[in-house]
Amino acid sequence: MADLRIKIGPLEFRNPVILASGTCGYGAELEDFMDLSELGGIIVKGTTLEPREGNPYPRMAETPSGMLNAVGLQNKGIDYFEKNIYPHLAEYDTHVIVNVNGNTIEDYVELSRRLDELKAIPAIELNISCPNVKKGGMIFGTNPASAREVISAVRKVYHKTLIVKLSPNVTDITEFARISEEEGAEAVSLVNTLLGMAIDARTMRPKLSTITGGLSGPAIKPVALRMVWQVARAVRIPVIGLGGIMNAEDAIEFILAGATAVQVGTVSFIDPGAGTSIVKGIEKYLVEKEFDSVSRITGLINRN
Amino acid sequence: MTDSVQIVYFCTQGGLMKKRIEDLTVIENRRLAESFFLIKVSSPGGLPEINPGQFVQALVTESPATFLRRPLSVHDVDRNMNTISLLVQIAGPGTERLSRLNPGEKLNLVYPLGNSFTLPSEGEKVLLTGGGCGMAPLLYLGRKISESGVQPHFALGFRNRSRILGHDEFKTLGPVHLSTEDGSEGHRGFVTDIPAFRDEKWDRIYCCGPEPMMKAVAAACIRRGIFCEVSLENLMACGLGICLCCVVPTTSGNLCSCTDGPVFNVNDLKWQTSG
Repeated sequence: MADLRIKIGPLEFRNPVILASGTCGYGAELEDFMDLSELGGIIVKGTTLEPREGNPYPRMAETPSGMLNAVGLQNKGIDYFEKNIYPHLAEYDTHVIVNVNGNTIEDYVELSRRLDELKAIPAIELNISCPNVKKGGMIFGTNPASAREVISAVRKVYHKTLIVKLSPNVTDITEFARISEEEGAEAVSLVNTLLGMAIDARTMRPKLSTITGGLSGPAIKPVALRMVWQVARAVRIPVIGLGGIMNAEDAIEFILAGATAVQVGTVSFIDPGAGTSIVKGIEKYLVEKEFDSVSRITGLINRN
Repeated sequence: MTDSVQIVYFCTQGGLMKKRIEDLTVIENRRLAESFFLIKVSSPGGLPEINPGQFVQALVTESPATFLRRPLSVHDVDRNMNTISLLVQIAGPGTERLSRLNPGEKLNLVYPLGNSFTLPSEGEKVLLTGGGCGMAPLLYLGRKISESGVQPHFALGFRNRSRILGHDEFKTLGPVHLSTEDGSEGHRGFVTDIPAFRDEKWDRIYCCGPEPMMKAVAAACIRRGIFCEVSLENLMACGLGICLCCVVPTTSGNLCSCTDGPVFNVNDLKWQTSG
């Protein structure tokens, strides 16, 4: 047995595997395939103050070793969430985190304030990196001054664990990680999707209604791993690594690069039970390598 | 060794339709016409309840260009033989790989997925219409309708004679009307041109096929006040309602065709904005 527990700010997680926002619905969708209580946590889909219909179909294109999406934060809004979804989430025996989005700083602040009051939500993930919306999202996450402003404003009203989800679509991601740390975030998660596009040569049309979308899957793993390594060396707060993790070995690579925890995303579309398989795989690896805890290998490649 | 590993996670939670991920065994893979194949797979754990209109998500292995699973309609279910039949049309490298599956090979499925067609009431007159690969869910639907004591009629459309898929099994369930666009067999034109479709009084029409066909059938049904359900084949990633990619605009907003569908009543669709 190896100790898989990790800490992010004041919050202890059973293990370092968390389901990524936008790839696990509200958890219930995956319950036929795994026991959610065996996960470190789940980050439920991107939520906004108002209900959103998202972008028009088509929103998805398969690409080599990955996929593009342009969902555009379709969700029913915080009122619906609080009334109809939250009561179910409150019964889960795992940390349920909400991914927070908005058009304006005021939106982010108001939504964070609302979530601060929900006892069964111990943390939020501030999404300043969604590439598929015209307002907000990545606009905050690619401009240092805007990023600082929104994180600072949310920090004033949100008193629990604050995670900032960073965009890889920047020249230097460590700058945004440092800003997050300086403004009081407990952790950063990275990377959100890489901006990409796909064209159908047969129809001579873009494959997505929005033309561009966010690339995820193993295609982006080397980029994500590099950024996690860079950020882990640049800040003292925990880093949550994600981007193309398909199995336990991928997850371990992120941990070796310096990630305290990992998020499992697109793989759930192909293997809906991947989350708990990865937990078991990490434990098996630690036992085989004779490490008594996952923290012993966090950032191991940086230690010599 | 990996082939013998049975990945079966049965549902541990409540809910009527439990979904599972399972390695099934290919029993048969037969070419029907041009690029159409019929794949029969057997479940080692015994089949769950499967309703007409539901689909599976098939894992494609040994195809580097294929990342996502491929959604396939359940064409037929044989409870005695413990098999599911899937109709596959080669549309790219993923379905091409599926067309080359050999008997004895494993096919990993996530299933059963989606909602299902609404079965008719006793005494109703029903027509099942579709074309090409879209006729896939109609055989199992016809079988279930027949089992419920209602006689199904079929109207199947194809581009031309060489693309006509075997429909002997449909004939065992009820009358089959054919159309081809070039008139090389059956009625010349589209399914909506078949006299039985046009002129007879139907209580229900079910449709699955290319979108222009479904829209034409839906328009005719709305005009004539006929109950009509269509099965959509939107592009999807997960099949589980978590990626929100396969949405269709409806009177209740954007809904996932994988979980809220694939079957929709045409009155609920806002097709004028989705084309």
